[in-house]
Amino acid sequence: MNIGLEAGFADPVPDAQRCFRAVLDAMAHPGRIAHAAGVTAPYPLGTAAAAVVLTLVDHETPLWLDSDAATARQWIEFHCGAPVVADPAACGFALALALPDLRRLPAGSHESPETSATVICQVASFDTGTAYRLSGPGLREPAVLTVQDLPRDFVSIWRRNHALFPRGIDLILCAGDRLTALPRTVAIEEV
Amino acid sequence: MNDTISRPDAIATRQHWMSVLARAPAEAIASALTRAGPLPVWSRVRGPETGLVMVRGRTGGSGSPFNLGEMTVTRCTVRLGSGVAGHAYVAGRDERRAELAAVADALLQDLNTGSRDSLIGPLAAAQREQRLTRAEKAAATRVEFFAMRNMRS
Repeated sequence: MNIGLEAGFADPVPDAQRCFRAVLDAMAHPGRIAHAAGVTAPYPLGTAAAAVVLTLVDHETPLWLDSDAATARQWIEFHCGAPVVADPAACGFALALALPDLRRLPAGSHESPETSATVICQVASFDTGTAYRLSGPGLREPAVLTVQDLPRDFVSIWRRNHALFPRGIDLILCAGDRLTALPRTVAIEEV
Repeated sequence: MNDTISRPDAIATRQHWMSVLARAPAEAIASALTRAGPLPVWSRVRGPETGLVMVRGRTGGSGSPFNLGEMTVTRCTVRLGSGVAGHAYVAGRDERRAELAAVADALLQDLNTGSRDSLIGPLAAAQREQRLTRAEKAAATRVEFFAMRNMRS
């Protein structure tokens, strides 16, 4: 009976285009904070995570949800029409409230590295937490990004992922209505 | 999830009223809703939005599938104050009609069987009558091709 189904984007086409632009900018400038709006996010997702899912995920992209994000499964399936897969190795996108084990996600192949997964991970905040120094394509000078709630050994996890290039996972971090991206090309070290 | 909706007969009941609503004109749905009592408060979850759906057929009715053509469809999903969601897909681009049909679908899930029949019954009867009238008109102009009939039998 679809009790408690929330609305998606208020104005689907312009809202999705704006959000896509924000993700594009964030990917091109790792660590830069972009904003998302226009959506009533279902619990436990924030505005940015919900908007990114609505923008990027559709019936052609298998989606894996971690156990916390699965609370919003009905909303995601209704608005995106995406097949939700139980096996993380089969997904195109992963939505998680805690960073999943990146080794269990598809990293693409050398022939087609674009088939790797993109992880949309919701974190608590970009204002407090651990500071990371980012460098690589898109950054003329190293940038500093502060993130709350990433695993303690995130730097070594990321080093492993970065070393796979051209294969590897791309990460979109969302907190509230703000988002930023860490593409596989970026090198991360603790400040 | 409500377990009554997952029962096969409950699904058939809902399919019936959804098909009646999909065929009913906006004015008919509006007056049926008014008869059922004060209009509930609803919010739009998706749409109303218009798009195309591919209609598929089977050659000879049972052969291999083929794409017959695209059809304009307007869909809408609403949610009542009680939290119940209603869906509607109607042919054409009449957004008000799709929204009213979705509201009626949501409302019908909440009502008991008697109130359901009083809401959907007149609409179904009108459509049945319309179908009959058309069938009668067509039957009156029917031509029997004796040669063909004899060949087939």
